[in-house]
Amino acid sequence: MLNLHALRWGKPYESLEKKEVVHFDTGEPIAEVSQVGGGIVQRDLRRADKARAALRQFSIDDLIARCKQAAELFASGDLPMGDGTQSVDQFVHQQSASTGLPEHMCRANMAKNSFVLSHIDEILAALTRGLDPSILSRGYGDEGRGAPVSYQSRTPILGAVLPNNSPGVHTLWLPAVPLQVGLALKPGSQEPWTPYRMIAAFMAAGLPGEAFGLYPGGHDAGNAILASSPRSMVFGSVQTVQQYAGNPKVQVHGPGWSKILIGDDVVDDWEQHLDMMVESVLSNSGRSCVNCSSIWASRHTREIAQALAERLGPVEVRSPLDEQSQLAAFTVPAMATGTWSMVEQDLREAGVTDMTADYGPRLVEKERCAYLRPMVVHADSAERAVAMKEYMFPFVSVVECPQAEMLKRIGSTLIATVLTRDDAFAEAAVDCTEIDSLNLGPIPTNRLNWLQPHEGSIVEFLYHSRAFQSAEF
Amino acid sequence: MLAWRLLLRYFSASVHEPSRHLDQLAKQRLMSTETEDLQSAIDTARAQLDAQTVEMVHWHFGEATGSPFWLQKKAELNFDPLTEIKSFDDLKKFPLFEDDWLRGGPVRRWIPQGLADKPAYVFETGGTTGVPKTRVVMEDHWIDYERFSDTLPDQYFPKGSNWLMLGPSGPRRLRLAVEHLCQHRGGICFCIDLDPRWVIKLIKKGWMEHLEEYKKHCIDQAITVLTSGHDIKCMFTTPKLLEALGEALEERGTSIAEIGITGIFSGGTEFTPQWTRYAVEELLGGPPEEGGVYMTPTYGNTLMGLACSKPITAADGYKISYYAPQPRAVTEVVDMDDHTQLVGYGETGRVKLYTLTREFFVPGFLERDEGEREAPFARYPWDGVSGVRPYRSLEGGTTVGVY
Repeated sequence: MLNLHALRWGKPYESLEKKEVVHFDTGEPIAEVSQVGGGIVQRDLRRADKARAALRQFSIDDLIARCKQAAELFASGDLPMGDGTQSVDQFVHQQSASTGLPEHMCRANMAKNSFVLSHIDEILAALTRGLDPSILSRGYGDEGRGAPVSYQSRTPILGAVLPNNSPGVHTLWLPAVPLQVGLALKPGSQEPWTPYRMIAAFMAAGLPGEAFGLYPGGHDAGNAILASSPRSMVFGSVQTVQQYAGNPKVQVHGPGWSKILIGDDVVDDWEQHLDMMVESVLSNSGRSCVNCSSIWASRHTREIAQALAERLGPVEVRSPLDEQSQLAAFTVPAMATGTWSMVEQDLREAGVTDMTADYGPRLVEKERCAYLRPMVVHADSAERAVAMKEYMFPFVSVVECPQAEMLKRIGSTLIATVLTRDDAFAEAAVDCTEIDSLNLGPIPTNRLNWLQPHEGSIVEFLYHSRAFQSAEF
Repeated sequence: MLAWRLLLRYFSASVHEPSRHLDQLAKQRLMSTETEDLQSAIDTARAQLDAQTVEMVHWHFGEATGSPFWLQKKAELNFDPLTEIKSFDDLKKFPLFEDDWLRGGPVRRWIPQGLADKPAYVFETGGTTGVPKTRVVMEDHWIDYERFSDTLPDQYFPKGSNWLMLGPSGPRRLRLAVEHLCQHRGGICFCIDLDPRWVIKLIKKGWMEHLEEYKKHCIDQAITVLTSGHDIKCMFTTPKLLEALGEALEERGTSIAEIGITGIFSGGTEFTPQWTRYAVEELLGGPPEEGGVYMTPTYGNTLMGLACSKPITAADGYKISYYAPQPRAVTEVVDMDDHTQLVGYGETGRVKLYTLTREFFVPGFLERDEGEREAPFARYPWDGVSGVRPYRSLEGGTTVGVY
């Protein structure tokens, strides 16, 4: 069993308080993770300047090169892990065992994280619109059109309170490192693996340990990161989003309520887009904020829901080792039963139909874990509460709503895939401020373009564009 | 018989290394004497507890001395406490004390008639929402803290030195108790207030920025007092505030030790070994002999009083074991499903409290904590409890560790 220590600017710290990470199905202990309190975090963050100073010893180009090396090590190397080492297969097994994700999904998330890091130069170039990286490093320079530009780092470190539910989100904090910003991370209690392995890969690629803090712990540690980091990100529930809304220091990532909107001009051909809809709902076991939680159309909604139910309803629980496995386990069974109770409440409302009712029970309870099999519900109006619901399993409502009302009714939407050739509707979708990321055309909601910002640009979050002048004297 | 076998074993093995085995024999004799002494101390403490129990039952259920509350309860009991309570163990005949009985008035129903002419304080606990629990006290808080005073090492809590009380006051007994402790030791107590009910509200509302500001507001006041030439050497504070104070002082380029504090008595919220290690190693500059600051954790509440901690050391993994001020109060660690059964030493159970003073009688109350049962030792020859933490069935239902 691995013993994962906290990392205090590169120095391992073994706590007296440890949390055991166990296999969700067998209960087999996998690791013990040192837990630290908020005091230690606050104390370390007082020295955050040193993390950035350690990275500034390297040019951004050099950091990018080392990130690419780290990407390779992350995806294929044997790396130090706590008091042992970790191969790729061990990583995949351990991550699957603690998160409940099928192993092939863990590999896919691993590949995604590695891909982002290995293409970090292109991503930074896209996010900065081709800015010479040395300008960020130096703080000022010339854009090339004779226009002086200046970017000031808003923070020496990026703090992050990371989630348990999906290892894919780690792509969001990776760009901090080549931007010469250190990291203070609180790993999710069930998913310490990606941050630990990624930091190990960075260090194996020659980046200084002083740039990295890993603080596994409770709310106390998370709150300390958010309170003491000039810039941080947090992943959480609607309540978390509300708590940090309007706080410029915190970038908050909550439910996505991603959607597919089908225009009146296309809806008669809905069958052509069924695969895209299924992928948007089912990928990564429906756990991500980019999974589609509702599909909106003015007509054919019952047929769409029926067709989706025929595809999604039969999806069975399989072993996490099975390459065909599409469902992740709820490692805390009470979360599945609690979610199921909420779904039952949704179904009680008039006008809401469970289209997967004929495909067997949805809640599957096992000795140590539980599963929720995919659900498709039909809502005869946008008034139905279920139209705005998102759950941590493949769950989609197909909502009947006139096109003219659609954009006014969808509410907050992280990713919207809009199927239309109607210029007016497309233009309205472009202007709709409820939509964060817009896909015009049949692009599954889960397929992100890494060259584009996700819930705001990380560069703008970490760097401030400002006026700068200098004069000879 | 066993002793003879041991002696034979020592002598038969000592042929080649006589001096070493003589040493071992001497040590064993010493240990044997210590064991006998400890057993004797345990027996004496138990006898005192039995005597205290009987005396307090007679006081609280005596027609001339008892409180209206207990005299009324007596009529509901299916036994006569005056004749059937002959030892501490007999207290298990009583139903569990329910803290809801303490909500609402009239509070005078709790005052024993034998103390009716004494000036009374009322202290509250809880009360963030709804009616708080109240306990009437005359002198118990003074007595508890005077006894606690006897456990403080004078080297780090010098007699005559001034104190800072940084923690909840208002309707709580803590401020008056700490102030009395300070006065009892010949000092003057400076006080900074913290309102835990507001803190809990801030947490429940998710107003974390307000929480930080409120904490800062308290700490700023504390630093002002500590840097104003009042010669403060000792303090009471909660773990969270101690952490915040230490951090704030370091941000100002100084430290708890440098500012002149040598003794800290801390309590009010959960202490973990890891937190204690962090405090000792990083906030206080090491163990007292290195850093110059002695910190003692305490465990208690308005019902029971104050349980002291066995001295904490790195060698012992910063384990925190509390011992109640017997015979005035008792802590037991009982089976989660059967509160009349103690768990074995080292085993986990729920904390059960008893209070046996003239002012207050609690014949068994299940605390919202669990922990491990600890064995008696020379300084406290009765059971203790370690690893105190929120009782797992209630965890999440209460807001803990708030100030």
